[in-house]
Amino acid sequence: MSRTILLTTTLIAGMATTASADTLRLLTWGGYAPDEVIELFEQKTGHTVEVTKSNNEEMIAKLRATGGGGFDLVQPSQDRVMGPQMEFGIYKPIDMSKIDESLFIPSMLMATMANTTVNDEVYGVPHVWGTSGLVLNTAEAGDTVKDYTDLCDPAVAGKVTYRLKRPTLIGFAFAMGEDPFAAYGDEEKYKEIMGKVEAKLAECKPNVKTYWGGGDELMNLVRSGEVTASMAWDTGGWKLNDDNADITFVAPASGALGWIDTFVLPAKGQADDVAYEWINFVMQPEIAAMITAAAGNFTASAGADEYVEDGLKAKYQNSFPQEAIDNIKWYPPVPAGLEAIEGEVLDRVQAAN
Amino acid sequence: MRSHARIGFILLLTPLVLWLGLLIVIPHIDMFLISIRERISFGVYETSLAQYEKALTEPLYLRTFWRTAVMSVLATAITLVIAFPVSYYIAKMAKGRLQQVLFMLCLIPFYVSELVRTFGWMILLRETGLVSTLLQWAGLADQPVEMLYTDATMMVGLVYTSMLFMVVPLVTTLESLDDSVIEAGYDLGGNGVSVLREIIIPHAMPGIVSGCIVVFMLSLGNYLTPTMLGGKDSLWFTEMIYNQFIVRSNWELGAAFGFMLLVLSSVIVWGMLRLTGRTLQETMG
Repeated sequence: MSRTILLTTTLIAGMATTASADTLRLLTWGGYAPDEVIELFEQKTGHTVEVTKSNNEEMIAKLRATGGGGFDLVQPSQDRVMGPQMEFGIYKPIDMSKIDESLFIPSMLMATMANTTVNDEVYGVPHVWGTSGLVLNTAEAGDTVKDYTDLCDPAVAGKVTYRLKRPTLIGFAFAMGEDPFAAYGDEEKYKEIMGKVEAKLAECKPNVKTYWGGGDELMNLVRSGEVTASMAWDTGGWKLNDDNADITFVAPASGALGWIDTFVLPAKGQADDVAYEWINFVMQPEIAAMITAAAGNFTASAGADEYVEDGLKAKYQNSFPQEAIDNIKWYPPVPAGLEAIEGEVLDRVQAAN
Repeated sequence: MRSHARIGFILLLTPLVLWLGLLIVIPHIDMFLISIRERISFGVYETSLAQYEKALTEPLYLRTFWRTAVMSVLATAITLVIAFPVSYYIAKMAKGRLQQVLFMLCLIPFYVSELVRTFGWMILLRETGLVSTLLQWAGLADQPVEMLYTDATMMVGLVYTSMLFMVVPLVTTLESLDDSVIEAGYDLGGNGVSVLREIIIPHAMPGIVSGCIVVFMLSLGNYLTPTMLGGKDSLWFTEMIYNQFIVRSNWELGAAFGFMLLVLSSVIVWGMLRLTGRTLQETMG
């Protein structure tokens, strides 16, 4: 397996170097670069866009394998910019003069810039944001499950699924009354919190039907009714809401976990100017609304809300009353070393009986 | 004339050398170098055996390691037990067209990718799936039955995935067994069991061993089937390697795991050959 990964990354790197400079090689999430947006961009600028879909961990692994080559623009979450940059140096600073700042929601732009600053250089600007929380069949589990820890309630035994990844650890920690983000700088304290979460997750394991891996797997489990309560992204809940009005996204009592996916330039990107053009293009309100329609999540583009379809807006307002928005816990940058602690906890939970 | 032969020899050898060198030897050297270093701080690494020490002292990793090995051996044994009668029927009892058709039937599932085949099992066995619905309809179960996410399901998936790789070598070796030899066995007073033990199995041994080696390697290195069918309790060593490399960004430990897996598979294959008293040459030749 490991061999294949190394090989694939070298192969990808080899193919990429042959691409010409006016091709934008974009490494992103599914839905962030819909075909119609790419078409508009290609018509307007004459450049071509090649899209590779991935997730946070794979994006960083790919860039790490090539020292930041093979792509011209990547979209990791804002908490995954500072750590990997300090550790592997896989990104390059953003020239803010080439970005039209008026296109962004100011507070979100400032927060992301602050969170992605290394040695006084800014490495990321925000693009799409969203939250993770609970996706419930409200008719069956709505009365029981109000927070992450309620997933361990006997009333929903065998009807629960969540991921075995770091958001689950963080979510459970908050629901247990801890503040893991405050302990980011204190490794001992963080270990202690994770120890408690581990005990809880191990105890909760018999309640879980399976740990979901991909979005489709989760959708199938909830749609078929095999699962009534799950921990998932807001968009997943809203998509399922179209098929079954009982299913929707609920912000947990301890607060939904908020993430922002960014635009970052990889260290060996070869088309920075095209990358800046792309950023300024997709942040225009009309285009951003098209991306919201495809991805299901809202963007950091100022004024795009007006163009978003009413159905999605209604679902959003339904899941997020004002106090739930104020209660969103935004991920701060992950310090190096924490993921090793989390990894061991996750491994032990997976092995627990 | 001689130099021509030499050039021909070099030309023929080049692809092999490139293949082995670029795709197998160099990556392995690189992996080995990664596996013997330890992260000290940002971008600072030191040579040490810390990764191997960690892999060998953490009970979880060891448990997964042995579990993967034992389950793979078990999957190989089950595959052999199921594939042997099937192959014998195809090679010895079926004749002409029927033989070809049966062989094709074994091959057809492999026309689609492993992912699709595994999804097929998931559709059949899930709580709202075909088998569960059928059982309820027949009155054998009064509520939906969940058959996914257990070790047994995982075993079914592994055996199904590797069946063809056992059937092909077995059919080939069994076909080369002359029918008259079997008849002679019966003429000399043998019964079904003794003919099987004294004549058929010894003759099929090269096929059995090479089939077992391939199936064992496939099971040990399988990633998809354990992850998808095993669910929350699946622990497979390849999954741990993937997690260390991609999810945890801990290449050092992942590389050490990779080498442990390489050593494990080599030792078990060597043991298998020793046990059956064969050499690699006989089996592969």
